[in-house]
Amino acid sequence: MFAEKACNLIKELSRCEEVLPPYHTELVKEVCTEIKQLHEQNKEDGAIVANESSIAGYANALYPTLRIGSSAVKRNVRCLLAYHYNRLKTLRTMRWEFGSILPQDIKTNLSSDEIEWFTKYSRSFAKYMTSIGENGLNLCLDLRPPKSLYIEVKCLMDYGKFELSDGTILLLKKDSRHYLPRSECEELITQGVFQHIV
Amino acid sequence: MLSTTSYQPNYFSIDDILATQERTPCKFLQNAPRMGKLNPSTDEKDLKAGTELELPLWLVLDASAGRQMIVAPELPKIYREAYREILKADATAVDLHKFNLYFYELGSYVKYFDRREDVHNILLHTFITRFRFIMDLANNADSDPTVQNRLDMLERRLFKSGHIARTKLNTWLLDSGAPLKAANMVTNHRKRKRVDDDLFA
Repeated sequence: MFAEKACNLIKELSRCEEVLPPYHTELVKEVCTEIKQLHEQNKEDGAIVANESSIAGYANALYPTLRIGSSAVKRNVRCLLAYHYNRLKTLRTMRWEFGSILPQDIKTNLSSDEIEWFTKYSRSFAKYMTSIGENGLNLCLDLRPPKSLYIEVKCLMDYGKFELSDGTILLLKKDSRHYLPRSECEELITQGVFQHIV
Repeated sequence: MLSTTSYQPNYFSIDDILATQERTPCKFLQNAPRMGKLNPSTDEKDLKAGTELELPLWLVLDASAGRQMIVAPELPKIYREAYREILKADATAVDLHKFNLYFYELGSYVKYFDRREDVHNILLHTFITRFRFIMDLANNADSDPTVQNRLDMLERRLFKSGHIARTKLNTWLLDSGAPLKAANMVTNHRKRKRVDDDLFA
């Protein structure tokens, strides 16, 4: 059946929302070969159809075959594009949730092009944030309206040293508690290093 | 900007691609040379006019479009009279997930295969009757989590967003100062990792 492989790519994505499955290089390649083969066949058929009946092209015996072939190409292309597009969309959300550095095991699931795209996206994102206002604006902060300037947080892992913007260096150990300015620790909370204690 | 997958079927929509992958019965009106491999039951090279096959919906849609139809599409059996009667009797009692994962999406494509508006009406009727039931579920999800297995994908999404909205409202009503939380993806990632660590440690 046409486009079966391409659809398998899509199925793979739909099975895991919010998580990126490993980039399926082989299957993508196979789909590309299928597209090329179909396209070659279509070109041949198209030439025959065009030659034999210049006026009523659709009266030719090969016309149905040609139409089925071209719709199979379109379908394959659609699946392939959707596969890549949806992966990038997830990757973009990851930039907002994980921050600019991705965990290693996520990175191994990406293709080299995707890693490059991620670095580029991170760069333009950072550039845009510094361009807002006078001193720049961190768009990842204050996603919820703040209620107080300082909050109490509990550290969930051995994070190591963490420098505050006033130069103080904190040693973040597991289960230690800190009372910090909200703006300093919001990003670490998003990344799951801190837990906000109310 | 960070919207979830939009419902509106677009070119990149995963749901739409999967819905158009469903097999739909159709009948060939013309000979199609070299297309014999579409029919797994014979080894013939050419596909003869009059052959009846089940093909993916995207192929059927393309081949039946335009002035000259190559295939004549037919309704899949879940939209035919017998099944419509079941839905008419009591739509809420039906396991729509078993009918088809993409009952509504598929339905809105195949409804044009039927000249009368029966399929159109039954889709509307089913959705309206079941919507109340889904809303009820979303607001009281604790009662029985297995009920949502009977929803199709669209309904499931409605149920999920309804459920999230409800929990958000509840936390806001109880204590308005909602704590800062780790991002969704981060939490899920960690949960997975824990399983992996346990397995391979």
